[in-house]
Amino acid sequence: MSRLNEANIKTALEIIARYPRPKSALIPLLHLSQEQNGFITRDAMVHLGELVGVTSAEVYGTATFYEMFRFEPVGKYLVNICGTMSCALMGAGDLMHHAEHKLGVKAGGTTADGMFTLAHAECQAACTEAPTLQVNYRFRYKVTNSDFDALIDDLKSGKLSDEIPSHGVVARIRQRIPADRGVGAVAPELATENPVWMDGKAAL
Amino acid sequence: MTTVDSSNATPEVAVDPNAVSVTINGKVVAARKGEMIIAAADRTDDFIPRFCYHPRMEPVGMCRQCLVEVVGPRGPMMVVSCMTPVADGQVVNTETEGVKKAQEGVLELLLANHPLDCPVCDKGGECPLQDQAFSHGPGESRFVEEKRHYEKPIAISENVYLDRERCILCDRCTRFADEVAGDALISFTSRGNNTQVMTFPDEPFSSYFSGNTVQICPVGALTAKPYRFKARPWDIEHVESTCTTCSVGCRTVVQSSRDELVRYQGVDSQPVNWGWLCDKGRFNFESINSKDRLTTPLIKDASGNLSATSWSVAIDSAARMLRTALTVSPQSVAFIGGARGTNEDAFAWAQLANALGVDSRDSQMADGLPPQVFSLPQATIADIDTAKTIILLAPDLKEELPVLYLRVRHAAEKRAGRVVEVSPRATGLAGKAWKKVHVEPGKTAAALRALATDAAFTAQLASGSVVVIVGRMNLAESEESVVHALAEVLHMAPHATVLPVLRRGNVRGAITAGLTPRNGGKSTAEILEAAAAGKIECLVLLGADPLSDVPDADLARRGISGARNIIAIDTFITQSSALADIVLPAAAYGEKEGTTTNVEGRISNVAQSITPVGTSRPDWMIAVELGTATSHDLGVASYNELHAAMISGVREFAPAVDTHAVQHDGVIVAHPTPITLTRTDSASSERNSYDYRAVVSRKLYDNAIGTAKSPSLATLGETSAVIVNPLDVPRIGAQVGESVRVTSPRGSIALPLHESVDVLRGTAWLPINLGGSDVRELLDVAKDVIDLKIEKMS
Amino acid sequence: MTTAIRYPHATGFVAGDRPKIVTSRFEHADSFTLERFLSTGGYAGLRKALGRVATDVHEEVKSATVLGRGGAGFPAGTKWGLTPQQVFPKYLVVNGDESEPGTYKDRLLMERDPHQLIEGCLIACYAAGLSQCFLYIRGEMALAQERVATALNEAYAAGYVGKNILGSKFSVDIVLHWGAGAYVVGEETALIESLEGNRGMPRLKPPFFPAANGLYGQPTIVNNVETLANLPWLMVNGSEAYTAIGTKTSPGTRMVAVSGHVKNPGVFEIINGTTTFRDLLYGAEFCGGIRNDNELKAFVPGGGSAPWFTADQLDLPFEASQVGPAGSMLGSGAIMVMDSTTDIPAAALTLTHFYAHESCGKCTPCREGGTWLERILTRIVEGTGTEADLQQILEVGAMICPGDFPHASNEKLGLTAVPFPYKMTTICFVGPSAFAPLHSAITLFRSEFEARLVKRISIPVTAVSTTSKVLASQ
Repeated sequence: MSRLNEANIKTALEIIARYPRPKSALIPLLHLSQEQNGFITRDAMVHLGELVGVTSAEVYGTATFYEMFRFEPVGKYLVNICGTMSCALMGAGDLMHHAEHKLGVKAGGTTADGMFTLAHAECQAACTEAPTLQVNYRFRYKVTNSDFDALIDDLKSGKLSDEIPSHGVVARIRQRIPADRGVGAVAPELATENPVWMDGKAAL
Repeated sequence: MTTVDSSNATPEVAVDPNAVSVTINGKVVAARKGEMIIAAADRTDDFIPRFCYHPRMEPVGMCRQCLVEVVGPRGPMMVVSCMTPVADGQVVNTETEGVKKAQEGVLELLLANHPLDCPVCDKGGECPLQDQAFSHGPGESRFVEEKRHYEKPIAISENVYLDRERCILCDRCTRFADEVAGDALISFTSRGNNTQVMTFPDEPFSSYFSGNTVQICPVGALTAKPYRFKARPWDIEHVESTCTTCSVGCRTVVQSSRDELVRYQGVDSQPVNWGWLCDKGRFNFESINSKDRLTTPLIKDASGNLSATSWSVAIDSAARMLRTALTVSPQSVAFIGGARGTNEDAFAWAQLANALGVDSRDSQMADGLPPQVFSLPQATIADIDTAKTIILLAPDLKEELPVLYLRVRHAAEKRAGRVVEVSPRATGLAGKAWKKVHVEPGKTAAALRALATDAAFTAQLASGSVVVIVGRMNLAESEESVVHALAEVLHMAPHATVLPVLRRGNVRGAITAGLTPRNGGKSTAEILEAAAAGKIECLVLLGADPLSDVPDADLARRGISGARNIIAIDTFITQSSALADIVLPAAAYGEKEGTTTNVEGRISNVAQSITPVGTSRPDWMIAVELGTATSHDLGVASYNELHAAMISGVREFAPAVDTHAVQHDGVIVAHPTPITLTRTDSASSERNSYDYRAVVSRKLYDNAIGTAKSPSLATLGETSAVIVNPLDVPRIGAQVGESVRVTSPRGSIALPLHESVDVLRGTAWLPINLGGSDVRELLDVAKDVIDLKIEKMS
Repeated sequence: MTTAIRYPHATGFVAGDRPKIVTSRFEHADSFTLERFLSTGGYAGLRKALGRVATDVHEEVKSATVLGRGGAGFPAGTKWGLTPQQVFPKYLVVNGDESEPGTYKDRLLMERDPHQLIEGCLIACYAAGLSQCFLYIRGEMALAQERVATALNEAYAAGYVGKNILGSKFSVDIVLHWGAGAYVVGEETALIESLEGNRGMPRLKPPFFPAANGLYGQPTIVNNVETLANLPWLMVNGSEAYTAIGTKTSPGTRMVAVSGHVKNPGVFEIINGTTTFRDLLYGAEFCGGIRNDNELKAFVPGGGSAPWFTADQLDLPFEASQVGPAGSMLGSGAIMVMDSTTDIPAAALTLTHFYAHESCGKCTPCREGGTWLERILTRIVEGTGTEADLQQILEVGAMICPGDFPHASNEKLGLTAVPFPYKMTTICFVGPSAFAPLHSAITLFRSEFEARLVKRISIPVTAVSTTSKVLASQ
């Protein structure tokens, strides 16, 4: 059982309602599911297909395209070390080598205690701060070997649990559109007129 | 502005605003706006190689094989010809050094990870990758790395196997599944160099149309179980034919190897099937190769068992039986069936009936429509493409006429026309319907009459052409109620044309040829009633099995047991032919030539590919021989003479004189002067509120002989069930899946209870002719509607 | 309302003493809050826009020539004008899927000044008559997603987004959408596919030019985050003030990230069109020179996809019309610097690996060719490649990019520039990008590749014959 729970179904329906076509909500919903379960399960994909009105195969096709979705359990903390050019120029290779020794797993592996999954990552858009890494998509910049050791120790001791949620949670703040403020999405075929403010007069 | 003396003006030539002219490799080609370069080039001798492009699907431009140069203002531009539309004055080059290099490059890349297992690949010898590597490839591969490896092959459905190592990721199968069939059960998964085609884990690609993906796969990645390792392409003989599994009349190529059928492939016929086939039609060639086929005449011996005999004994005995019966009265002889054969078969039997004075002949099996529907203004299948409104007053096309379903689905998908679904339950097209009129049996006409006040609906009807697809949407509802409903539609839309969908293979041809009651003769139901009353001396079954096929089990039983003598012409021993006095083995599809008439009245040929099994003969030949034996010379000694006699003898078949057309896209029958239907007030039957009104319809895979005798199809059928709306389940008090008692005035059977939102509240849907309890035990063809009690078993 | 969550503050941005169009609030620690935004002139541009006729606002943006900052550099106002007049609804899709190697600016703009971006979106929707806005943020950018979500929630509550904005008849929703890790989705048609819930595979243009046939087949404007962030300032200060900065063809400022082997790597808002690469790499107010005062070996001028430059090109300004003919592109404003210690084949491999890994798999040349290139190059970097391998790289590259490939001039090597762009056999630029950096690396530093090749021991022919005779006799 890893269909969305009641609260998440409510959130899911709220998200779906924002799009002119339900399938558009698929990627946000996959995140929601991964947030609930830590990874994407088979049942979850069936459920999401039902929610947005597509086949499970279509959900599977979309989900497997994107690297953030995992189909098997990963560690509580996913440590992504960037290895693209700027980071590589600034020593990412050595950092990865060190990380493998520190955690006792090869890149791609998960520690026996299920705490850490170490992975190669591509450019994280923090090139001036190379070498960089992300723990569950939270950045660490200009990471030295001792920075890395301290990070792992802090994660183990729970010191960073406020800042870094467990794997699956990306953004902890959701967009909420108040019912009285939202315009609402309409299917494109039903919106066939120029918006009212395009009437040649100032809006204010 | 100058005035022109009209007498001197050159005659006005209508200029086609969509006509453009392009130059391809120096040759001027006429094309139409919106057409892609590759399609225009296909009309020249210069072949542009391609893999992902398929003329019946939206282009995706992803294999990049069809790169050509278009000369632009800044010199030649490399474009994909499958997604670049023609433009007037456009100059296209497909053979320059640059193009050659690009095409060779793409081919080398496609081959980089493609395994070289061609010698053991089903596609070898007819493989577009192989052929185009030869014609447009670089001739060598410089890829020395390890190729991609996957488990090979994996079964993605009962009949389709996928070898991902061979796959070149052209998106044809996945596009077909999603875009054409509407069964998006296979998808690209993963990304980049790891991209694969896959189903959802443990969810098979169970589509009625899955075989098409095998046919359009440009490599041997998808193979079909019924054909795997059966033949090599160069050993195959091909004849173009028409599928007669249902009445859509899809054009096919029938392929045989060593006098055995090995495969059917779809042929792209613009007016009919666009190259598609359903899996039932594609794979049921297995039944023709079945070991159970009748190979010799059978006659009831002294102990009452059927035993083999010679043709001469069988024909003499049958002739004697007919003569004896005729001496009682011509009314005591009746023919049932004939929809399975060719037009010529039906014509010969109708001629024999005429000669013998037999008026009770019916090729419909108490589940059809009055033949007058053919006299209404007729629509063609292609009219669906351009109709503004398509009204479905018909059975679930996906289940009964699958390739017609694809055509309607296409129109709805392209928003070419709006679909109005009038049905007692949601059909396979419900998701594509602009308007759904789901109404309980017996109230359809009234519901349609009420629509006359629906302004949006009437405006839609008035907006352009209307095609009404009409058939028996519910076998537990009389044919009159369909006619009443049709009359209401034609009253609201007098400009509408009608596509009558009788589903049996050549039922329209059989009716047209004369296998329909005349001069007050009896219909199938009436024949069976008369037989039950002891009034039928000789009953001839022309490939008909009333015991398993007439939607009224009790009537069929009484009729078959009441007939004094039965002569069956059949390909198999069926429930009914097993009870016959004489059984004559008939040649099957692919074993005889002839013509067939599809749902829209299109006459096209069926071709002989193999010799008939055993001593079996075409139905027509049996009719001729019986004629001779009863001293009624039908005047034909060969198929060609028969065909000629038919064309000159039946006015509707006259257009079939165009042999070339008949052997390709076919010709439409000559229509009679149209009649009009008058509206009548139909009384709706009262019902008890505890009852469920029965909705009975067919599924694609049922107990039909062609399916049951094809091993690849036989296991695909579901078992009988009673299906109600989820909101009605609590009222019944049983759990879903539990066996419940279903009772009609006719009988009572146990069925598992299922639920579906496709079913209206207060109705119960019972698919017919499946394994498990026989739903026909509940049915009574004499009733307008049938109400059922559904009770929890005690 | 601001978030109480703690973050290590992103460094990166270097303010300096230059005109600031998009980074004016970055100096404030609370730059992302609505309070700070409002107290520093926030939403004044929107108010000004709504006081004018929509088409006038569009004209103002057009006359400012706000170049697209995502990579292609197409003017935003002109882009808006390409949508068909009578087809509705039209959509705005904001491209915040920043992931081009070396690029680091949109994330800063979203994290540090989300309201400025929201205001830009609103101005665009108002001016171009766009009915709904989808703000697509890269999946891995958790903080940006949180900051934008918070800002949107604040803005909805305060009446800046949604129904009857500022009490006017202008109503538009901005929907926060986020990705899940796929570089190719930064390409606008792939972004649209992804936003439709599909695999992010690019569509062919034509027929799928978003302006005519985009999201759900409707006219769609896809604008980069930085492009839209320019609009509030433009509305407040007018197009004349905007074009007064930079050059005529490249007005305004743009954000540039300089990373790699420089003394002070950072993100800068620079004056468009006039600032040169030398200014950026060596200028005291920018990077202050190469680390350890080493010599410059090469640099990537405009994101990982761009062919490389060497010191010969240092004096080129940030001006597309000069960089293109010089054999590369400005792209997404990302410069990566390699000093004399750099292992060139290994550096090129990181990029070839990146593009091979990020191929969506749609086009054959990219799917098959990218990985092929990576495998050959890996052999060479690991020291087991041969001369034939080096040649094969160029042959495989030609299958993706036929014809002359753009590269920079080089005086020492006697090379003349081949202007940008290249020809390609693929739908989008991901395939060619697997080859572009590699090609320029081989062109400019061939000897470094050759030095890695296996040296064949030349065996006398007789010796071979003897061996084969021995083998044959066994």
